[in-house]
Amino acid sequence: MFSALPAIEVRDVVKSFGDARALDGVSVRIKENEFFTLLGPSGCGKTTLLRLIAGFDYPTSGEICLHGKDIAGMPPFARPVNTVFQNYALFPHMTVAQNIGFGLEMQGKPRSEIAARVDQMLALVRMETLRSRRTSQLSGGQQQRVALARALAPQPRVLLLDEPLSALDYKLRKEMQGELKRLQTETGITFIFVTHDQEEALTMSDRIAVMSGGRILQVGNPRDIYDNPQERFVADFIGEVNFLAGQVIGIDGRTARVRLAAGGEVVAGLPEGATPVGRATVIVRPEHAELRGPTEQADLRGRLEQVVYFGTDTHLHVRLADQSEFVLRQQNSPRGTADLQPGAEVAIAFKPGAARVLKD
Amino acid sequence: MARPHSVRHQRGFTFIALMCFFLLYLPMATMVVFAFNAGSTVGQLDGFSLRWFRTALANDQIIEALLRSLTIAPIAAFFATVAATMAALATTRTAPYRGMALKVAFINQPLMVPEIVTAVALLVVFSRVKVWTGYTGLGYIIAAHTAFCIPFAFLPIRARLETMDLSLETAAADLYARPWSVFRRITLPLLWPGILAGFMLAFVVSLDDVVITEFIKSAGQETLPTYMLGQLRRNVTPEMNAISTLFLAVSVIVVSLFFLLSRKKT
Amino acid sequence: MSQAQEIAEEMARRSVRTRWWLSAPALAVVFLFAIAPLAVIVLYSFMAKGDYGDVKYWQFSLDGWFSVFFERGLFDDSIGIAQAHVSILWRSVKLALITTVVTLLIGFPTAYFIAIRPPSQRDFWLFLITIPFWTNLLIRTFAIQEVFRNEGVLNTVLMWSGLIREPLKIMFTDLGIFLGMAYVYLPLMVLPIYASLEKFDFRFAEAASDLYANNRNVLWRIIIPMTRPAIIAGCILVFIPALGAYVTPRLLGGGKNLMLGNLIELQFGQGRNWPLGAALSLTLTGVVMLALLVYVRAASKEGRSHG
Repeated sequence: MFSALPAIEVRDVVKSFGDARALDGVSVRIKENEFFTLLGPSGCGKTTLLRLIAGFDYPTSGEICLHGKDIAGMPPFARPVNTVFQNYALFPHMTVAQNIGFGLEMQGKPRSEIAARVDQMLALVRMETLRSRRTSQLSGGQQQRVALARALAPQPRVLLLDEPLSALDYKLRKEMQGELKRLQTETGITFIFVTHDQEEALTMSDRIAVMSGGRILQVGNPRDIYDNPQERFVADFIGEVNFLAGQVIGIDGRTARVRLAAGGEVVAGLPEGATPVGRATVIVRPEHAELRGPTEQADLRGRLEQVVYFGTDTHLHVRLADQSEFVLRQQNSPRGTADLQPGAEVAIAFKPGAARVLKD
Repeated sequence: MARPHSVRHQRGFTFIALMCFFLLYLPMATMVVFAFNAGSTVGQLDGFSLRWFRTALANDQIIEALLRSLTIAPIAAFFATVAATMAALATTRTAPYRGMALKVAFINQPLMVPEIVTAVALLVVFSRVKVWTGYTGLGYIIAAHTAFCIPFAFLPIRARLETMDLSLETAAADLYARPWSVFRRITLPLLWPGILAGFMLAFVVSLDDVVITEFIKSAGQETLPTYMLGQLRRNVTPEMNAISTLFLAVSVIVVSLFFLLSRKKT
Repeated sequence: MSQAQEIAEEMARRSVRTRWWLSAPALAVVFLFAIAPLAVIVLYSFMAKGDYGDVKYWQFSLDGWFSVFFERGLFDDSIGIAQAHVSILWRSVKLALITTVVTLLIGFPTAYFIAIRPPSQRDFWLFLITIPFWTNLLIRTFAIQEVFRNEGVLNTVLMWSGLIREPLKIMFTDLGIFLGMAYVYLPLMVLPIYASLEKFDFRFAEAASDLYANNRNVLWRIIIPMTRPAIIAGCILVFIPALGAYVTPRLLGGGKNLMLGNLIELQFGQGRNWPLGAALSLTLTGVVMLALLVYVRAASKEGRSHG
């Protein structure tokens, strides 16, 4: 089933609570069959946006369209959109099967159809043996599966997931990430997933919208968001990053030549549609830089201050000429990096395309 | 879109609730208005006057009954509060021991038996005791009031104790405080709001009691509520509006105090 | 057994002993002035009635219990149903049940209304419910009497507006007793239900709404089942005093429309039949205990299912 219309289109949505603006002019198009993630720190407006799409709250202004139809005024029970809640909100007075069948029952589906669909859902989330349990007798992971099955049972056009994995411990969370991805592929339903966990967002999503202060800062696929962050917040929130202050001294197509405050010049990629002049910030991911000997050709020079061992890799903290710190990450090999001693003079070389200029 | 949908909204509930408040206050408002009525006809307003308050307060029977009520209530409330505090200390913050649940059920018994039953049971016992001992004083009423006030005092004290952290007392004991000092310096000050609430509850419950007092009082031992019951059975005078209004004022003050007290606590 | 273990056990024993001493005064007072008299009543119900009230001591008789439901013919020994008693018993149960249902129908929406106010306004509405709760029952009964009487506010307004020509007779009818009881016991219904609704997590309602339940379905399928223990508690709190009501039927029912409470009083007063009065009291207590048992059963079932 292919439709040219986006599954969800949000247009210029503002949501105010009293004087506070939880959403400050948000626009986004979410495609059919997409695993779309809203990523941001708490209070960024991601949950508010999700609640507006679900219908629990109403936008102060703006439009929310589902397959081209404005649904902003519709109550939640009239929207073909279901939610998996952060605390699951499983009904404590009902069994697992009753919980899963609730939506279908409310839609007035015949009993036989409900029973069949509940069985199907139980199989989908691998909970066949627990169908007549009370939800309070389930473990966190099992509750999570029931919540998913309950939301998927009425076959919604769009499934909303509000930090559904945050209550689970690390191992279970990893397992459920795979499970969620599998369910999305199997059902073909559009998933809108809210999280503050960048790793979760990067591993699961087709596309990510990074939010902060009630706005969407950048939308893109995980690679794009990670490799080409356009704003300081996005770069900083996702992964680790080094910020280098500098001065633009020339532009050549999609790249700029920047003189760095820490000394030296680099060629850095430009964000889309930006032609900066004067001061600029260049970013380099720690793993996109390599350590060189003091005499070798390099982009930056400094003094090694700290060596922190992390198991899979080692973080090297280098103090640059302008007193700023630069961190680079080296993958560990069985040989180790025993020869690195704090205090040594070192040089840093960027991998091709590693340096990028930020929009601000 | 007229009004955004809210899952909390239930059609008709606001109307029923506002109607409920209206009907709850209409009779009491009527009573208060007629308390200040200048005329002596019960159903007719004839301008503002304090005359019924004056006549009520000049009525020796009323004053006597009021003073008797005000003697019984604080004594009964005091004994009930002391007993309830001790019992609450004995039944909270411990692993359940044998008989504890029974103890609590025992103390709450007066709440579970209809008042009229307790009243006739006490009537039967006290009438016999009165004959045997010849004593017919207020002691019977005070004893009975103490008994049925205990569960009321017990409730808030126990609730307060259950929210109190036992580690504070342990800490005090660790700092060389002896058990009595721990109680006096740590437990009692923390428990005080609960005790005060318990006392107020017991006081009001004693002051309001009609049924039990009506059955066990000796001749000439009218309390204000039993006096009023007697009056209401016969004929309703505007004086009754005045006394009732005063009673209502006392309730408003007590409830306000309660709300202030519970606010400060949180 | 190690010494440390012995000391710990001795401490625990001592603590339990202290706890018994601490609770002794309360237990003693309640025993002497509430529980023992009830036991005496049980004894009295099995004794023969005295000629001028009281009982004939240690003269065993089942007459008291017998006359709760039956009566002997005046001239022969034929046994018939005690119509008067049965009808009063029935009236008490009927009025108490109607009162419970009506207070629930009004009380639940009222409690709900208060619970969904913004937190800053809740105290005000709660205050309005608490005032009547704390006001003397006698005074509230008197207040409603003022409204109902033939020349009272209700009739004055209705006659003035031309809706009726003759005053409505509410006083001294079953309707009057029921309306009066509903009025005085309403706060007992609202308060426990409010306490439960205030804690209700409306995310469950949102979840149901998300699953295509309209607001009525949210109410019936989610909110009411999840606050059921409080609803039962409210019903019990109203039903028990309503069943044993004495003051309200006394003032609003006049001398004719008796309830169980008044019938019991009658036996200890003009009736001079203490064994019957004792038996009636115990019947009333029995019904109340039955209601409490239902409540405990329902509450514990709820507790089990919620884990």
